[in-house]
Amino acid sequence: MWQEVREELHPKGFEIVTVALDVGGVEATKEFVDRAHAQHPSLLDEAHLTDELFGVVNVPNGVWIDEDQVIVRPAEPAFPGRNPVMESFEKLDPSTLPPDIAEMMVEVKKIKTDPEAYKAALVDWVEHGAASQYALEPDEVVARSHPRTDDEARAAAHFELGQFLHRQGDHDAAIPHWREAHRLQPDNWTYKRQAWNFEDPVRQGHTDVYDGSWIEDVKKIGAENYYPAVDF
Amino acid sequence: MLLDSQRVPVSDFEARTGWSVQPQGLCQGDVCLPLPNEAVDSTTATLDVEVVAARAGMPLVHDETRNVWALGPAAGPDRRALTTAQAPELELPDIRTGEQFKLSSLKGQKVLLLAWASW
Repeated sequence: MWQEVREELHPKGFEIVTVALDVGGVEATKEFVDRAHAQHPSLLDEAHLTDELFGVVNVPNGVWIDEDQVIVRPAEPAFPGRNPVMESFEKLDPSTLPPDIAEMMVEVKKIKTDPEAYKAALVDWVEHGAASQYALEPDEVVARSHPRTDDEARAAAHFELGQFLHRQGDHDAAIPHWREAHRLQPDNWTYKRQAWNFEDPVRQGHTDVYDGSWIEDVKKIGAENYYPAVDF
Repeated sequence: MLLDSQRVPVSDFEARTGWSVQPQGLCQGDVCLPLPNEAVDSTTATLDVEVVAARAGMPLVHDETRNVWALGPAAGPDRRALTTAQAPELELPDIRTGEQFKLSSLKGQKVLLLAWASW
């Protein structure tokens, strides 16, 4: 989907850079990049540095950067005109699914996104630049970026230590650091889902290792708040 | 930023954190924080991370078993992830080629930086 958007807008001076927040590395990500026939830079961010640098806390998230490398919209949920993942879930019949998966689907269907509005805003910005109503002033960009309290900064440090230890082959040593990252920044879904996924790749369900799980944590905040509404 | 000692090359620190070491102190955008003389060793071009971390409000986390440190980003009660709208440098390998790619190489184009994941 994003490759289609890129082909449409590339002639107008636009480029997409995808960043995979993936401790699993090339092994976990390359098949997706190959399948998408990506023509754009397709980067690997094993340490989730993009969270630290841009304030990303969930995926998919997009950041708009203008020709002078000035951010005109900070990290926010980003969809390419459609949401194919959500569409595939819509076709599922919950009665045919295992009960715990069906319970997840009930919550997934409550998640709110507006892919058409996002794509329309993106096209408007590419065509009109700073004159686009969707391009924000620098002060607004900074104000809308994610808070960076001491807890959130410590969460970033713990997550980075955890991914380093995991990639060194010491997964058990990573877990206390990832638990601490989750405690310090509970609204960071990339830190949580990445860690849960190593223990339960299908459901990101409850295990003895972590206090939360996808279904528990989504219910806690309300699935409709999983992606904050994009303020256009 | 991962560290195996509490002294870090100035160039590594600057590349990763976006702060730069200037004669007037530690600077980012319009902000400069004075640094004590002992924080920078000009002979080895290294910084004392503990001093700098305390001055800039960066958490320093230690894994004692493996003796590895991680320096977190600058923080504060009213701070945001971005302190300026100027995009930070992002340098990462391309999954397709393994080659390092710099976000700044796209200056002159509009860019959508899109975070995703396989999990």
